[in-house]
Amino acid sequence: MRYEAPDSIEAAVSLLAGEAGKARILAGGTDLLVQLRLGHVEPDLVVDIKRIAATQSITEEAGGYRIGAAVSGAVLGEHDGVRALWPGVVEAVELIGSTQIQGRASIGGNLCNASPAADSVPALVAAGAVATIVGPDGRRDLPVEDVAGGPGKTVLAAAELVESILLPARPAGSGDAYLRFIPRTEMDIAVVGAGVNLTLDGAGKCSAARVALGAVAERVLLVEAAAAALIGTPVDDAALSRLAEAASAACRPIDDKRGTKDFRTRVAGVLAQRAARIALRRAGRG
Amino acid sequence: MTAIAVAATINGEATSFLCEAEETLLDALRDRLGLTGAKEGCGTGDCGACSVVLDGRLVCSCLVLGAEAEGREVETIEGMALGDHLHPLQQKFLDHAALQCGVCTPGFLVAAKALLDQNPSPTEEEVRFGLAGNLCRCTGYDKIVRAVMDAAESMRDGR
Repeated sequence: MRYEAPDSIEAAVSLLAGEAGKARILAGGTDLLVQLRLGHVEPDLVVDIKRIAATQSITEEAGGYRIGAAVSGAVLGEHDGVRALWPGVVEAVELIGSTQIQGRASIGGNLCNASPAADSVPALVAAGAVATIVGPDGRRDLPVEDVAGGPGKTVLAAAELVESILLPARPAGSGDAYLRFIPRTEMDIAVVGAGVNLTLDGAGKCSAARVALGAVAERVLLVEAAAAALIGTPVDDAALSRLAEAASAACRPIDDKRGTKDFRTRVAGVLAQRAARIALRRAGRG
Repeated sequence: MTAIAVAATINGEATSFLCEAEETLLDALRDRLGLTGAKEGCGTGDCGACSVVLDGRLVCSCLVLGAEAEGREVETIEGMALGDHLHPLQQKFLDHAALQCGVCTPGFLVAAKALLDQNPSPTEEEVRFGLAGNLCRCTGYDKIVRAVMDAAESMRDGR
Protein backbone atom coordinates (compact mmCIF):
# COMPACT_ATOMS: atom_id res chain seq x y z
CA MET A 1 0.00 0.00 0.00
CA ARG A 2 1.17 3.51 -0.86
CA TYR A 3 0.08 6.58 1.08
CA GLU A 4 -0.24 9.94 -0.66
CA ALA A 5 -1.44 13.25 0.78
CA PRO A 6 -1.76 15.67 -2.13
CA ASP A 7 -2.46 19.35 -1.49
CA SER A 8 -4.72 19.93 -4.49
CA ILE A 9 -7.88 18.22 -5.69
CA GLU A 10 -6.38 17.95 -9.19
CA ALA A 11 -3.38 16.06 -7.80
CA ALA A 12 -5.74 13.75 -5.91
CA VAL A 13 -7.69 13.01 -9.10
CA SER A 14 -4.44 12.34 -11.02
CA LEU A 15 -3.27 9.92 -8.34
CA LEU A 16 -6.60 8.08 -8.43
CA ALA A 17 -6.72 8.06 -12.24
CA GLY A 18 -3.15 6.79 -12.47
CA GLU A 19 -3.60 3.89 -10.09
CA ALA A 20 -3.91 0.54 -11.85
CA GLY A 21 -4.77 -1.30 -8.64
CA LYS A 22 -7.29 -0.53 -5.94
CA ALA A 23 -7.39 2.96 -4.49
CA ARG A 24 -9.24 4.28 -1.46
CA ILE A 25 -9.83 7.82 -0.31
CA LEU A 26 -8.93 8.71 3.27
CA ALA A 27 -10.84 11.54 4.93
CA GLY A 28 -11.37 11.04 8.69
CA GLY A 29 -10.43 7.39 8.44
CA THR A 30 -12.93 6.20 11.04
CA ASP A 31 -14.41 3.73 8.57
CA LEU A 32 -11.41 3.14 6.27
CA LEU A 33 -8.93 2.25 9.00
CA VAL A 34 -11.38 -0.23 10.48
CA GLN A 35 -11.86 -1.80 7.05
CA LEU A 36 -8.08 -1.97 6.57
CA ARG A 37 -7.63 -3.53 9.96
CA LEU A 38 -10.30 -6.15 9.38
CA GLY A 39 -8.91 -6.93 5.93
CA HIS A 40 -12.18 -5.91 4.24
CA VAL A 41 -10.21 -3.71 1.85
CA GLU A 42 -6.63 -4.12 0.65
CA PRO A 43 -5.90 -1.00 -1.36
CA ASP A 44 -2.72 -0.43 -3.35
CA LEU A 45 -3.08 3.31 -2.83
CA VAL A 46 -4.62 5.44 -0.11
CA VAL A 47 -5.15 9.11 -0.97
CA ASP A 48 -5.46 11.30 2.12
CA ILE A 49 -7.54 14.35 1.09
CA LYS A 50 -7.17 16.31 4.34
CA ARG A 51 -4.32 18.49 3.02
CA ILE A 52 -6.58 19.87 0.29
CA ALA A 53 -7.92 23.22 1.50
CA ALA A 54 -11.33 22.86 -0.16
CA THR A 55 -12.05 19.65 1.74
CA GLN A 56 -11.31 21.28 5.09
CA SER A 57 -13.21 24.54 4.89
CA ILE A 58 -16.73 25.76 5.61
CA THR A 59 -17.67 28.76 3.46
CA GLU A 60 -20.85 30.76 2.93
CA GLU A 61 -22.30 30.35 -0.53
CA ALA A 62 -25.51 31.81 -1.91
CA GLY A 63 -27.08 32.05 1.53
CA GLY A 64 -26.11 28.49 2.43
CA TYR A 65 -22.88 26.79 3.41
CA ARG A 66 -20.38 24.75 1.44
CA ILE A 67 -18.81 22.16 3.72
CA GLY A 68 -15.57 20.45 2.75
CA ALA A 69 -15.83 16.69 2.46
CA ALA A 70 -13.20 16.12 5.18
CA VAL A 71 -14.63 18.58 7.72
CA SER A 72 -14.98 16.66 10.97
CA GLY A 73 -18.07 16.42 13.12
CA ALA A 74 -16.29 18.36 15.86
CA VAL A 75 -15.48 21.26 13.52
CA LEU A 76 -18.98 21.32 12.02
CA GLY A 77 -20.55 21.25 15.48
CA GLU A 78 -18.58 24.33 16.49
CA HIS A 79 -19.75 26.36 13.48
CA ASP A 80 -22.45 28.73 14.71
CA GLY A 81 -23.68 29.61 11.22
CA VAL A 82 -24.34 26.02 10.14
CA ARG A 83 -25.87 25.20 13.52
CA ALA A 84 -28.30 28.08 13.15
CA LEU A 85 -29.26 27.43 9.52
CA TRP A 86 -29.35 23.59 9.49
CA PRO A 87 -29.69 22.39 13.11
CA GLY A 88 -31.04 19.02 12.00
CA VAL A 89 -27.95 18.30 9.93
CA VAL A 90 -25.61 19.27 12.76
CA GLU A 91 -27.49 17.15 15.31
CA ALA A 92 -27.33 14.18 12.94
CA VAL A 93 -23.57 14.57 12.40
CA GLU A 94 -23.00 14.92 16.14
CA LEU A 95 -24.69 11.57 16.80
CA ILE A 96 -21.87 9.75 15.03
CA GLY A 97 -19.64 7.98 17.56
CA SER A 98 -17.70 9.26 20.53
CA THR A 99 -15.74 12.46 21.12
CA GLN A 100 -12.75 10.65 19.62
CA ILE A 101 -14.70 9.70 16.49
CA GLN A 102 -16.13 13.23 16.21
CA GLY A 103 -12.58 14.56 16.08
CA ARG A 104 -12.00 12.72 12.81
CA ALA A 105 -15.21 11.41 11.20
CA SER A 106 -16.19 13.56 8.24
CA ILE A 107 -19.40 14.47 6.49
CA GLY A 108 -18.01 13.36 3.12
CA GLY A 109 -16.79 10.09 4.58
CA ASN A 110 -20.14 9.35 6.17
CA LEU A 111 -21.78 9.96 2.78
CA CYS A 112 -19.28 7.94 0.72
CA ASN A 113 -19.01 5.03 3.16
CA ALA A 114 -22.56 4.51 1.90
CA SER A 115 -23.93 2.77 4.96
CA PRO A 116 -27.74 2.66 4.84
CA ALA A 117 -27.60 3.54 8.55
CA ALA A 118 -25.28 6.56 8.21
CA ASP A 119 -26.66 9.18 10.60
CA SER A 120 -25.77 12.32 8.69
CA VAL A 121 -27.19 11.18 5.36
CA PRO A 122 -30.97 11.28 6.02
CA ALA A 123 -30.52 14.79 7.43
CA LEU A 124 -28.47 15.85 4.38
CA VAL A 125 -31.01 14.32 2.00
CA ALA A 126 -33.87 16.05 3.81
CA ALA A 127 -31.91 19.31 3.56
CA GLY A 128 -31.60 18.95 -0.21
CA ALA A 129 -27.80 18.96 0.05
CA VAL A 130 -25.77 18.60 -3.13
CA ALA A 131 -22.38 16.89 -3.37
CA THR A 132 -19.73 18.44 -5.61
CA ILE A 133 -17.77 15.62 -7.23
CA VAL A 134 -14.42 16.08 -8.95
CA GLY A 135 -12.97 13.67 -11.49
CA PRO A 136 -10.84 13.53 -14.62
CA ASP A 137 -13.62 15.27 -16.58
CA GLY A 138 -13.97 18.13 -14.10
CA ARG A 139 -16.66 18.93 -11.57
CA ARG A 140 -20.25 17.77 -11.38
CA ASP A 141 -22.99 18.22 -8.82
CA LEU A 142 -25.11 15.34 -7.57
CA PRO A 143 -27.93 15.39 -5.01
CA VAL A 144 -26.71 13.50 -1.95
CA GLU A 145 -29.55 10.97 -2.21
CA ASP A 146 -28.05 9.79 -5.51
CA VAL A 147 -24.50 9.24 -4.20
CA ALA A 148 -25.01 5.83 -2.58
CA GLY A 149 -25.80 2.90 -4.88
CA GLY A 150 -26.22 0.29 -2.17
CA PRO A 151 -24.56 -0.81 1.05
CA GLY A 152 -20.91 0.30 0.92
CA LYS A 153 -21.13 1.37 -2.72
CA THR A 154 -21.31 4.78 -4.36
CA VAL A 155 -22.09 5.70 -7.96
CA LEU A 156 -18.79 7.59 -8.23
CA ALA A 157 -16.37 6.53 -10.98
CA ALA A 158 -12.96 5.18 -9.99
CA ALA A 159 -11.08 8.48 -10.17
CA GLU A 160 -13.87 10.65 -8.76
CA LEU A 161 -14.15 11.99 -5.25
CA VAL A 162 -16.50 14.21 -3.29
CA GLU A 163 -14.85 17.58 -2.72
CA SER A 164 -17.59 19.33 -0.76
CA ILE A 165 -21.27 19.32 0.09
CA LEU A 166 -23.51 22.35 -0.35
CA LEU A 167 -26.20 22.97 2.22
CA PRO A 168 -28.53 25.37 0.42
CA ALA A 169 -30.11 28.59 1.61
CA ARG A 170 -33.60 28.21 3.05
CA PRO A 171 -36.60 30.50 3.31
CA ALA A 172 -37.81 32.00 6.59
CA GLY A 173 -40.21 29.73 8.43
CA SER A 174 -38.12 26.61 7.85
CA GLY A 175 -37.00 23.92 10.25
CA ASP A 176 -35.27 20.55 10.11
CA ALA A 177 -34.60 17.70 12.52
CA TYR A 178 -33.07 14.24 12.65
CA LEU A 179 -33.94 11.44 15.05
CA ARG A 180 -32.66 7.91 15.25
CA PHE A 181 -33.65 4.89 17.28
CA ILE A 182 -30.92 2.99 19.12
CA PRO A 183 -31.33 0.69 22.13
CA ARG A 184 -28.69 2.65 24.08
CA THR A 185 -28.39 6.36 24.79
CA GLU A 186 -25.32 7.00 22.59
CA MET A 187 -22.47 5.35 20.67
CA ASP A 188 -24.56 3.03 18.54
CA ILE A 189 -25.64 2.46 14.96
CA ALA A 190 -29.12 3.56 13.93
CA VAL A 191 -31.82 0.89 13.86
CA VAL A 192 -33.91 3.51 12.07
CA GLY A 193 -33.13 7.16 11.29
CA ALA A 194 -35.50 9.89 10.09
CA GLY A 195 -34.72 13.37 8.77
CA VAL A 196 -37.44 15.95 8.11
CA ASN A 197 -37.05 19.42 6.59
CA LEU A 198 -40.07 21.67 6.11
CA THR A 199 -41.07 25.24 5.36
CA LEU A 200 -44.22 27.02 6.54
CA ASP A 201 -45.73 29.92 4.60
CA GLY A 202 -47.10 33.09 6.21
CA ALA A 203 -50.44 31.41 6.82
CA GLY A 204 -48.85 28.47 8.63
CA LYS A 205 -49.31 25.98 5.81
CA CYS A 206 -46.49 23.73 4.74
CA SER A 207 -45.16 25.00 1.42
CA ALA A 208 -42.23 22.60 1.06
CA ALA A 209 -41.01 19.44 2.77
CA ARG A 210 -38.46 16.69 2.36
CA VAL A 211 -38.44 13.46 4.36
CA ALA A 212 -35.61 10.91 4.37
CA LEU A 213 -35.24 7.58 6.14
CA GLY A 214 -32.12 5.64 7.11
CA ALA A 215 -31.57 1.95 7.87
CA VAL A 216 -34.85 0.84 6.29
CA ALA A 217 -33.57 0.00 2.80
CA GLU A 218 -30.34 -0.76 0.93
CA ARG A 219 -29.59 2.97 0.98
CA VAL A 220 -31.01 6.12 2.53
CA LEU A 221 -34.43 6.83 1.04
CA LEU A 222 -35.94 10.15 0.01
CA VAL A 223 -39.64 9.55 0.65
CA GLU A 224 -41.63 11.90 -1.56
CA ALA A 225 -44.99 10.47 -0.50
CA ALA A 226 -44.21 11.33 3.11
CA ALA A 227 -43.34 14.90 2.16
CA ALA A 228 -46.51 15.10 0.06
CA ALA A 229 -48.52 14.21 3.17
CA LEU A 230 -47.36 17.50 4.71
CA ILE A 231 -47.26 19.91 1.76
CA GLY A 232 -50.34 22.12 1.53
CA THR A 233 -51.53 21.16 5.02
CA PRO A 234 -51.30 23.06 8.30
CA VAL A 235 -49.18 20.11 9.54
CA ASP A 236 -51.87 19.10 11.98
CA ASP A 237 -52.28 15.70 13.63
CA ALA A 238 -54.10 14.31 10.59
CA ALA A 239 -51.26 15.31 8.27
CA LEU A 240 -48.67 13.94 10.66
CA SER A 241 -50.52 10.61 10.77
CA ARG A 242 -50.47 10.43 6.98
CA LEU A 243 -46.75 11.29 7.08
CA ALA A 244 -46.14 8.36 9.44
CA GLU A 245 -48.14 5.98 7.25
CA ALA A 246 -46.29 7.07 4.12
CA ALA A 247 -42.93 6.73 5.85
CA SER A 248 -43.70 3.21 7.03
CA ALA A 249 -45.05 2.28 3.61
CA ALA A 250 -41.76 3.26 1.96
CA CYS A 251 -39.67 0.94 4.14
CA ARG A 252 -38.10 -2.21 2.71
CA PRO A 253 -35.77 -3.13 5.58
CA ILE A 254 -33.91 -6.29 6.47
CA ASP A 255 -34.09 -8.28 9.68
CA ASP A 256 -30.81 -8.19 11.53
CA LYS A 257 -29.43 -8.22 15.06
CA ARG A 258 -30.37 -4.58 15.52
CA GLY A 259 -34.02 -4.84 14.56
CA THR A 260 -36.68 -6.74 12.69
CA LYS A 261 -38.42 -5.67 9.50
CA ASP A 262 -41.69 -5.10 11.37
CA PHE A 263 -40.04 -3.07 14.10
CA ARG A 264 -38.10 -0.90 11.67
CA THR A 265 -41.16 -0.30 9.52
CA ARG A 266 -43.26 0.80 12.48
CA VAL A 267 -40.54 2.89 14.11
CA ALA A 268 -39.81 4.71 10.85
CA GLY A 269 -43.29 6.20 10.91
CA VAL A 270 -43.06 7.13 14.57
CA LEU A 271 -39.66 8.77 14.18
CA ALA A 272 -40.62 10.65 11.02
CA GLN A 273 -43.61 12.09 12.85
CA ARG A 274 -41.57 13.07 15.90
CA ALA A 275 -38.84 14.63 13.73
CA ALA A 276 -41.53 16.58 11.88
CA ARG A 277 -42.84 17.96 15.18
CA ILE A 278 -39.33 19.14 16.09
CA ALA A 279 -38.84 20.64 12.62
CA LEU A 280 -42.19 22.39 13.00
CA ARG A 281 -41.08 23.93 16.28
CA ARG A 282 -37.83 25.07 14.69
CA ALA A 283 -39.81 26.58 11.83
CA GLY A 284 -41.43 28.83 14.40
CA ARG A 285 -44.61 26.95 15.33
CA GLY A 286 -45.22 26.52 19.07
CA MET B 1 8.31 -1.47 0.62
CA THR B 2 9.77 1.94 1.36
CA ALA B 3 9.22 3.36 4.79
CA ILE B 4 7.77 6.86 5.05
CA ALA B 5 9.74 9.50 6.96
CA VAL B 6 7.46 11.48 9.26
CA ALA B 7 8.33 14.63 11.20
CA ALA B 8 5.89 15.60 13.91
CA THR B 9 5.80 17.42 17.24
CA ILE B 10 5.13 14.91 19.98
CA ASN B 11 4.53 16.19 23.50
CA GLY B 12 6.13 19.47 22.46
CA GLU B 13 9.29 17.96 21.02
CA ALA B 14 10.22 17.81 17.36
CA THR B 15 10.31 14.11 16.59
CA SER B 16 10.89 12.09 13.45
CA PHE B 17 10.20 8.45 12.75
CA LEU B 18 9.88 6.01 9.90
CA CYS B 19 6.72 4.02 9.33
CA GLU B 20 5.02 1.86 6.75
CA ALA B 21 2.04 3.26 4.84
CA GLU B 22 -0.45 0.98 6.56
CA GLU B 23 1.01 1.51 10.02
CA THR B 24 -1.23 3.30 12.50
CA LEU B 25 -0.14 6.22 14.62
CA LEU B 26 -0.72 3.97 17.63
CA ASP B 27 1.76 1.39 16.31
CA ALA B 28 4.25 4.11 15.39
CA LEU B 29 4.04 5.63 18.89
CA ARG B 30 4.43 2.28 20.59
CA ASP B 31 6.79 0.39 18.32
CA ARG B 32 8.88 3.14 16.73
CA LEU B 33 9.02 5.71 19.51
CA GLY B 34 8.67 3.59 22.64
CA LEU B 35 5.68 5.62 23.81
CA THR B 36 3.71 2.66 25.12
CA GLY B 37 1.23 4.58 27.27
CA ALA B 38 -1.44 4.52 24.58
CA LYS B 39 -2.83 0.99 24.48
CA GLU B 40 -4.44 -1.09 21.82
CA GLY B 41 -7.75 -2.37 23.15
CA CYS B 42 -9.92 -2.97 20.10
CA GLY B 43 -8.00 -1.48 17.18
CA THR B 44 -11.30 -0.26 15.69
CA GLY B 45 -12.01 3.00 17.51
CA ASP B 46 -14.52 1.62 19.97
CA CYS B 47 -12.62 1.49 23.27
CA GLY B 48 -10.57 4.70 23.46
CA ALA B 49 -7.53 3.05 25.11
CA CYS B 50 -5.35 4.53 22.36
CA SER B 51 -6.63 8.10 22.81
CA VAL B 52 -4.22 10.91 21.93
CA VAL B 53 -4.70 14.56 21.02
CA LEU B 54 -3.88 15.37 17.39
CA ASP B 55 -3.70 19.07 16.53
CA GLY B 56 -5.90 19.85 19.51
CA ARG B 57 -8.53 17.17 18.80
CA LEU B 58 -9.05 14.04 20.82
CA VAL B 59 -8.74 11.03 18.49
CA CYS B 60 -8.21 7.29 18.59
CA SER B 61 -4.62 6.79 17.42
CA CYS B 62 -5.59 3.36 16.07
CA LEU B 63 -7.74 5.20 13.49
CA VAL B 64 -4.93 7.50 12.34
CA LEU B 65 -2.14 6.44 10.00
CA GLY B 66 1.33 7.22 11.25
CA ALA B 67 2.02 9.03 7.99
CA GLU B 68 -0.87 11.41 8.69
CA ALA B 69 1.08 12.86 11.63
CA GLU B 70 3.50 14.64 9.25
CA GLY B 71 3.74 18.25 10.44
CA ARG B 72 1.11 17.71 13.13
CA GLU B 73 1.18 18.04 16.89
CA VAL B 74 0.52 14.92 18.93
CA GLU B 75 -0.02 14.85 22.68
CA THR B 76 0.11 11.54 24.50
CA ILE B 77 -0.19 10.39 28.11
CA GLU B 78 3.59 10.59 28.38
CA GLY B 79 3.34 14.38 28.15
CA MET B 80 0.74 14.76 30.87
CA ALA B 81 2.76 14.86 34.09
CA LEU B 82 4.98 17.89 34.70
CA GLY B 83 8.31 16.25 35.49
CA ASP B 84 7.81 14.40 38.77
CA HIS B 85 4.50 16.13 39.44
CA LEU B 86 1.46 14.18 38.40
CA HIS B 87 -1.29 16.03 36.59
CA PRO B 88 -4.26 16.59 38.95
CA LEU B 89 -6.25 14.04 36.95
CA GLN B 90 -3.54 11.42 37.45
CA GLN B 91 -3.40 12.15 41.18
CA LYS B 92 -7.18 11.99 41.55
CA PHE B 93 -7.32 8.68 39.70
CA LEU B 94 -4.93 7.33 42.35
CA ASP B 95 -6.82 8.97 45.23
CA HIS B 96 -10.16 7.57 44.08
CA ALA B 97 -8.79 4.17 43.05
CA ALA B 98 -10.22 4.88 39.61
CA LEU B 99 -8.28 2.06 38.00
CA GLN B 100 -7.81 -1.63 38.41
CA CYS B 101 -5.99 -3.35 35.57
CA GLY B 102 -4.92 0.01 34.12
CA VAL B 103 -5.17 -0.74 30.42
CA CYS B 104 -7.89 1.86 29.84
CA THR B 105 -6.34 4.43 32.20
CA PRO B 106 -4.04 6.34 29.82
CA GLY B 107 -6.91 6.75 27.37
CA PHE B 108 -9.27 7.89 30.09
CA LEU B 109 -6.73 10.42 31.37
CA VAL B 110 -6.05 11.86 27.90
CA ALA B 111 -9.78 12.02 27.15
CA ALA B 112 -10.60 13.52 30.54
CA LYS B 113 -7.93 16.20 30.09
CA ALA B 114 -9.34 17.04 26.64
CA LEU B 115 -12.80 17.27 28.19
CA LEU B 116 -11.67 19.58 31.02
CA ASP B 117 -9.62 21.73 28.64
CA GLN B 118 -12.86 22.41 26.76
CA ASN B 119 -15.23 22.44 29.73
CA PRO B 120 -13.61 23.11 33.13
CA SER B 121 -16.91 22.70 35.01
CA PRO B 122 -18.67 19.67 33.56
CA THR B 123 -21.72 18.13 35.16
CA GLU B 124 -21.58 14.43 35.98
CA GLU B 125 -23.70 13.78 32.90
CA GLU B 126 -21.29 15.77 30.73
CA VAL B 127 -18.37 13.77 32.12
CA ARG B 128 -20.14 10.49 31.40
CA PHE B 129 -21.10 11.64 27.90
CA GLY B 130 -17.63 13.07 27.20
CA LEU B 131 -15.99 9.80 28.22
CA ALA B 132 -18.46 7.53 26.42
CA GLY B 133 -15.75 6.70 23.90
CA ASN B 134 -13.58 5.13 26.60
CA LEU B 135 -14.41 1.66 27.83
CA CYS B 136 -13.36 0.20 31.19
CA ARG B 137 -14.13 -3.41 32.01
CA CYS B 138 -13.00 -3.25 35.65
CA THR B 139 -14.26 -0.24 37.55
CA GLY B 140 -17.88 0.22 36.55
CA TYR B 141 -16.98 3.86 35.77
CA ASP B 142 -18.24 5.46 39.00
CA LYS B 143 -14.80 5.90 40.48
CA ILE B 144 -13.49 7.31 37.21
CA VAL B 145 -16.32 9.83 37.03
CA ARG B 146 -15.76 10.82 40.67
CA ALA B 147 -12.04 11.25 40.06
CA VAL B 148 -12.65 13.48 37.03
CA MET B 149 -15.23 15.59 38.88
CA ASP B 150 -12.86 15.97 41.83
CA ALA B 151 -9.92 16.83 39.56
CA ALA B 152 -12.04 19.43 37.78
CA GLU B 153 -12.89 21.01 41.11
CA SER B 154 -9.29 21.11 42.30
CA MET B 155 -8.11 22.48 38.94
CA ARG B 156 -10.72 25.24 39.15
CA ASP B 157 -9.50 26.06 42.65
CA GLY B 158 -5.96 26.17 41.31
CA ARG B 159 -4.85 23.42 43.68
